[in-house]
Amino acid sequence: MVMGQSREPAAALSIWLKVLSAGPIAILVGLIVVLSIAAPHFLTPRNISNILAQTAVIAVVAMGQHLVILTRGIDLSVGSNLALATVTGALVYQATGSEVLTILAMLVSGAGVGAINGLIYTFGRLPHPFIITLATLSIAKGTALQLADGRAIPGMPESIQFLGGGSVLGIPASFFVVAGVAGLILTMARKMVWGRWIYAVGGKPEAALRMGIPVRGVLISTYVMAGLCAGIGAVLLAGRTDAGSPLFGNLLELDTIAAVIIGGASFLGGRGHIGHALVGAVMIGVIRNALNLLNVDIFFQLIAIGVVIVLAVEADVLRTYLEGRVRTLRAARLQ
Amino acid sequence: MTNPVVLSVRSATKRFGPVLALDDVSLEARAGEVLALLGDNGAGKSTLIKCISGVHQIDSGNIAIDGVATAIRSPGDARTAGIETVYQDLALFDNLTPAQNFYAGREIAVPAWLPRGLRFLKSRQMDEETSRVLDRLKVILPKQDATVALMSGGQRQAVAVARASVFARKVVILDEPTAALGLRESRKVLDLVAQLRDEGNAVILITHNMEHVTELASRAVVLRQGRKVGEIIPTKTNQQELVAMIVGA
Repeated sequence: MVMGQSREPAAALSIWLKVLSAGPIAILVGLIVVLSIAAPHFLTPRNISNILAQTAVIAVVAMGQHLVILTRGIDLSVGSNLALATVTGALVYQATGSEVLTILAMLVSGAGVGAINGLIYTFGRLPHPFIITLATLSIAKGTALQLADGRAIPGMPESIQFLGGGSVLGIPASFFVVAGVAGLILTMARKMVWGRWIYAVGGKPEAALRMGIPVRGVLISTYVMAGLCAGIGAVLLAGRTDAGSPLFGNLLELDTIAAVIIGGASFLGGRGHIGHALVGAVMIGVIRNALNLLNVDIFFQLIAIGVVIVLAVEADVLRTYLEGRVRTLRAARLQ
Repeated sequence: MTNPVVLSVRSATKRFGPVLALDDVSLEARAGEVLALLGDNGAGKSTLIKCISGVHQIDSGNIAIDGVATAIRSPGDARTAGIETVYQDLALFDNLTPAQNFYAGREIAVPAWLPRGLRFLKSRQMDEETSRVLDRLKVILPKQDATVALMSGGQRQAVAVARASVFARKVVILDEPTAALGLRESRKVLDLVAQLRDEGNAVILITHNMEHVTELASRAVVLRQGRKVGEIIPTKTNQQELVAMIVGA
């Protein structure tokens, strides 16, 4: 008997499970340490502020995506949804000149596309949200191109420019938006019945139905939230670029899904929290920023992020496997 | 000295297309008694309990609780009527803790004037209530604040049975609660069933294990091909007779 083989193998496995769940944070910290040595400019206040600003859009939209993924779903439409929202906002601003109406238009546009996703997914009795959100990806993109005539529409009110590109004491204003949204979603997901229902639906949909949880309503609400987050992301991006454009948000669905998974939430649903989405978003931001600083080819960035996604999903598979082992060992010990 | 009838099913009939799943089945469950529901696979046991627990609805016949005819159209209706069901596949949420599982779909939350989904959870109260129940039922778990994913089959079954016991006010239905368990874990679950009975619930137990039937049940109803073919008081001596009824020999 080796010393390391403890009397209770289940306990040893439990420790590995804890290590796995702390993985994403550890990797992020490690990444930051390595990069700050490799690239001297990496840890300067100016660059950190840059990373935060660049990450804000992905982070906000990823938080919405994370709610959908918690219910075993996926929202492929968030990128196009965001593009349509910026165009809608730009047009409303041109027509009315009202800042409030412009922001409102972007949020309503985002939440509206989300509601369509949710309603058609549940009441259309689709087997999986993949198809409907793929369809709205195309429809929203087409509508945005049509409305904007294929071009960017310049001009955003100052308040939106401030939210997207301004800063307070060197900290980007968008950071505060991200923090506010995170606080709100965290409260709803952890402290309110609604959040508990999301986890229940993601954990076992059939059981949720039998326990009297309004499964359809819960599902629809997550797509509305994902859409709303895309609308908030639209405000930030339109503000940063001072424009609305149908070409915004390209591949944002992949970035946000990647952020949620890299951050450590389970693709199988029911497991994960807002921190996962944020850690994942920052990790993507850090990788992009660092590869830029190190003058690595932009094509390589896509490859690097893809590789990280595979590793993250494998970690999730490993976690599920270990849990199964722990359960079997515990049961065996009771016999 | 007979206990009062809590649940009575009269002439229940249920069709699935051309298949007659239940044909004029009647039974009574009494407070403080275990009623065993026996039958081969496909005999109609599961259909019958799904009708009682609101997953299906009977086509004709009626179900009465405490002598009052009650329409059970959904699992919610059944629960409101005081009927709790422990399903074979447990209906547990792996990603939630025992307390979160206990209260899933009926969370204790405030304030009452908000729509249910927007209320704030009273987590501590639910945790305390849950550990009180688990203590009372002598269910020992490795960690009460860990998700049930890491628990053994017996512990999970115990959590499911305990959950039913909290909310059942009249009837507890258990669908093969020991099916996937080893000897010692089965023993614990059977003790729980006995405890539910002693607390005054009418317990309906579906099982294939005749030992468990003779040990716990005061009466046994046998179904075959959707029909009730017998009702007897199970004893150690008439096990052969029971088995013969089940297989129709």
